[in-house]
Amino acid sequence: MFRRFTDREQSNVTILVDGRPIVAKATDSVAAAMFAAGIAACRTTAVEDRPRGPYCMMGVCFDCLAVVDGIGSRQGCMTRVRDGMVVETQKGRREIGR
Amino acid sequence: MTSDYDIAVIGGGLVGTAIAYGLAKAGQRVALLDEDDRARRASVANFSLIWVQTKGLGMPEYADWSRGAADLWPQFRDEIAALTEIDLAFTRPGGFHLCLSDAEVEARSSHLSRINAQPGMTPLPYEILGHNAVREMLPDIGPEVVGASYCPLDGQCNSMRLFWGLHTAFYRSGGHYRSRHRVQSLAARDGGFIATTESGAISAGKVVIAAGNDSRRLGAMVGIDAQVRPQRGQVLVTERMKPFLHYPTITVRQADEGSVMLGDAIEEGDTSLAVGTDVLAKMADRARRMFPGLANVNVVRTWAAQRVMTRDGCPIYDESRSHPGAFVANCHSGVTLAPRHALTLAPLIAGSHVAAELPAFGTERFDVSTVY
Amino acid sequence: MIDKALPDSCDLAVIGAGPSGMAAAATAAALGLSTVLLDEQPAPGGQIYRGITETAAATRAALGADYRRGEALVEALVASKTKYSPGSSVFDVSPSGEIAFLAGGRTHLLAAKRILAATGGQERPFPIEGWTLPGVMTAGAAQTLLKQADLVPSGRVVLAGSGPLLWLLAAQILRAGGTISTILDTTPKANWRAALPHLPRFLASPYAAKGLALLARVRLSVKVVSGVTFLRASGGERLREVTYRCGSAEVTVAADALLLHQGVVPSLHMPDTLGCRILWNGEQRAFQPEADEWGATSVAHAAIAGDGAGIGGARSAARRGRLAAWDAAHRLGRIDRAERDRLASDDLAALQRDLAARRFLDVLYEPAAAFRAPTGDTIVCRCEEVRASKIEAAIAQGILGPNQLKFFMRCGMGPCQGRLCGLSVTEMFAQARGVSPAEIGHYRLRTPIKPVTVAEMASLPFGEHADKAVVRL
Repeated sequence: MFRRFTDREQSNVTILVDGRPIVAKATDSVAAAMFAAGIAACRTTAVEDRPRGPYCMMGVCFDCLAVVDGIGSRQGCMTRVRDGMVVETQKGRREIGR
Repeated sequence: MTSDYDIAVIGGGLVGTAIAYGLAKAGQRVALLDEDDRARRASVANFSLIWVQTKGLGMPEYADWSRGAADLWPQFRDEIAALTEIDLAFTRPGGFHLCLSDAEVEARSSHLSRINAQPGMTPLPYEILGHNAVREMLPDIGPEVVGASYCPLDGQCNSMRLFWGLHTAFYRSGGHYRSRHRVQSLAARDGGFIATTESGAISAGKVVIAAGNDSRRLGAMVGIDAQVRPQRGQVLVTERMKPFLHYPTITVRQADEGSVMLGDAIEEGDTSLAVGTDVLAKMADRARRMFPGLANVNVVRTWAAQRVMTRDGCPIYDESRSHPGAFVANCHSGVTLAPRHALTLAPLIAGSHVAAELPAFGTERFDVSTVY
Repeated sequence: MIDKALPDSCDLAVIGAGPSGMAAAATAAALGLSTVLLDEQPAPGGQIYRGITETAAATRAALGADYRRGEALVEALVASKTKYSPGSSVFDVSPSGEIAFLAGGRTHLLAAKRILAATGGQERPFPIEGWTLPGVMTAGAAQTLLKQADLVPSGRVVLAGSGPLLWLLAAQILRAGGTISTILDTTPKANWRAALPHLPRFLASPYAAKGLALLARVRLSVKVVSGVTFLRASGGERLREVTYRCGSAEVTVAADALLLHQGVVPSLHMPDTLGCRILWNGEQRAFQPEADEWGATSVAHAAIAGDGAGIGGARSAARRGRLAAWDAAHRLGRIDRAERDRLASDDLAALQRDLAARRFLDVLYEPAAAFRAPTGDTIVCRCEEVRASKIEAAIAQGILGPNQLKFFMRCGMGPCQGRLCGLSVTEMFAQARGVSPAEIGHYRLRTPIKPVTVAEMASLPFGEHADKAVVRL
C-alpha cells in the first residue's frame, strides 16, 4: 500500500508488531512504521469487531489505536517508534489493567 | 372552546417523557412540550443507577416509592422492549457504595441504620462488608478499598436507551412531541390551560409541569410552589472496555456497552455547566484507588450538569389547589423512578388523584405555616 | 527554544505550531510578550509543514516549493524567545483561561493572560459506504505519510473527491515516483456556473497559475473521471475494490488504497472549549468561531488564528497569526493601537485579497449533498459505528438535533468526540428538514479535548473544595 521512495538520514529502529520484527525510521510514528511494513489494520473495532486502520494520520480520528508496550488505546499516528517497542493489534474494547 | 390536547406535559426530560408516555398509553391526547437541542437538561447527565439504598431518610414513603419502582422495572423493561425494540439493559444484581476510609464506612453504616430506624419504614436489606467480602464480588478492587455497603435491591440500566426508549414509546403511542416549545407563560382558561411558547400557544385540559429546575417559575403561574434548586454534579466517562464490573457502585459503574462512568460530585450554588478540573481530578483519583486497573484507561468525555433537588431530596408530586388540573412532578431520580412515573403517576394524573393518593409528596410539606 | 521548564503563567499562550501559531509566537515574543507555544506534535510545522525540520531532500523536492515556506517560519520561531513545548496536548481550558495539558506523561497547568488558538482545521468528513475499511484514508493522511515518513502510495491507488489538496497530493505522489490508477472527481458540474462570477479574482491571484499548471500536469499522466456522483469502498477485511457512478454507468475497479478528500473545515474543539461563539459559514459550509480580522472572538481573553478561524490556507494562516500577535500586544499594553495598525497594514491588505481570491475555490469545490449527508448502511460515526439509517429514522421521529441524537444513539460519543461525524450529522438534519445547518447547530463538545487517562486526570491538583464535593462523610 505504501513504499519508501527515499532513504532519509535517520537511524533505523526495530519494533515488534504482533511478535513480528519491523525495521522503521526513528522519526516514524507507529502508524507510519506499520504502513511501511504493509500492515493496514491496527485494531478491531469496539462495537462490531471489524478491522480498522489509521484514517487521518493527524490525531483526530482515533482509528489508529493499538496496544503499545502493554498499554491499550495509544494513538499510533501520534506515538513515535522507539527501538524495542512492542506493538500489538488491539482486539475490540479496552481491557482493565492494560 | 376545545383544547388542542387533553394534557400538555411541560419538559421533555426523563420525568416528563415517562409521564407523557404513561398518559398517551392511557388514551389521552398528549403534547410533550420541549425546548431545543441545546437546552440545559439534567436528564442527559445521570449515572444510570436504579438506586434504593440511600433513599428515604426523613420520608419512609420515598423509600417505599423507590423500592416499588425498582420492583416495577422488569415489567417496564419488557413493555418498552415490546413497543420499541429498545433494550434498556436493566440488571438488578445489588449495588455497592465503596469506601476508602473507616470514616466513610462509619458514615454509610450510620446513614443506613438511621433510614431503617424510622417509624413506618419497611427495613431495607443491606450489609456492611469488609475488603475481602467486597473483593469476592468485585475482584478488581484495590487495596485501599476498606469496605462497602451493599444492598441487593439496587440495579442499573442504560439511561441513554431509557431516554430514547421513552421518547420512542411516546411517539409510537400516538403522543405529540413539540420541540422548540419552551413555555414562556402558563394560564388557566375556559376550564383548561394555555401555555404560551416560543412557537405559539398550546391549549390543554390539564397541564403537567415536569420542567426540572424551571418548574418553580412555571409552577408559580398556576399556584404551585415547586421548591427545587439546581445542584451541580460532574462525571467522567471512559472509552469502552471489556466487561469487568458486574455490579453498579455509586461512583464507578460500567455500562452494558462498556464505557465506565466515574462520579460523582455534589456542589451547591454553582450554576455553571463548565467542568472543574479539581473535582474531576478528585473523582479520577478515587476511581483509580478503587479500581487500580483503570489508571491507564482513557477518559473520553466529562460533563457537569444540574440536578433537580428539592429541599428534602424527595420528589414533589402535587396538583394545584388554586388551579385544579395543573400538576407538578419533580425529582432527581428520573431513572430509578421511570416506571413509577409512567405506570403509577401518569394514571393518577389522568384521574386527578395525585394529591389524594400521594399526600406525602405534596408541596405543602415545605410550607412553613403547616403544622404537623 | 524547547524549554523543558515551562512557566506556570505567561502573557500569551499559543496553541498549535502550524503556520499561524509559529508566526504568532515569533511575532509576540519579538514584542516582549512572554509567550508559550504548546503543540501536540513532536516537531513544529502543523499539518501543512509537517516534518519540515526533518524531511529528506528528495521528499522536499516531491512536496514542492510551497512546502519550503515553512522553513522561514520555523527559523523565526527558533530565533525568538518563545517557550516552545512540543508533544504537549491541551485537553482543557477553564473559563478563566487556565490551560490543562499533557506533556511528557505528566499534566501541567498554565495560566495565560491571553490565549491564541491556532488549532487549524481537519478534512471534512467524507462518509461513503466502506470508508471504515483498512486501506481507505484521507488524502491528508497520505500526504502526512509522505512528509513524515517518505512513504508514497503504491499498488492500485485511487484518489476520490474534490478540492485543491486532492490535486496537490496527486502531483506530489507523481513527483515522488508513485503511481495513481484513477482520480474520481466528485466536483458537481453545476458548481462551475456558481463559481464563475468569482473566477476573475481568482485568476488575478498567484494561486491561479500554479493551480492550473498543477492540474494540467496531473491530468496528463493520470486517468481522471469527472462528474462522479456515487462512491463505495468494499473488500471485507480490507479495501479491495472501489465502485463509482458517473452518469448512469456504475464501474468497479480494483484498489489497494483509496484516498478521500472533500475540503478542509475549521476544527471546533478548542474554540468551543474556550467558550467562543460558533457560527455557520455558508460559503464554506462549515461551522467556525466568530472572529474579526484580528482573530478576536466573543471571549475577551481568547483569539483564533489560522484555518481554525475559517479556511484560508497556509499563507493567510501565517498572516492571521501575526495579526493576532500584534493585537495581543496591543491589548496587553505593549503597543498602542496606531502601532498595531501600522505593523499590520501589509498583512491585513494581503489577507483580504487572498481570502477574496479563495472564494472561487469555496464555491467550485462545495461537495455535493449526497457526499455531505450519508444514507442507508453507511457508517456515519466511525467510533460508535452508527449507521445512517438509524439516524434517519430518529430524525424522522422528530428528535431535537445533534445533541439529542448523540445521547440517544451514542453517535459522536466515542474517542474522536464527533470530529469525524459532527458535520455529517448536522447536514443530515438540515437536508431532512429543509433548513440551513445554522438552524440545526452542532454537537456540544465536552472536555477533554483529547482523551487523557484516569491517572493523568487524577494528577491534576485538587483541594478542599473537591474533597467536600466528592467524599461522602
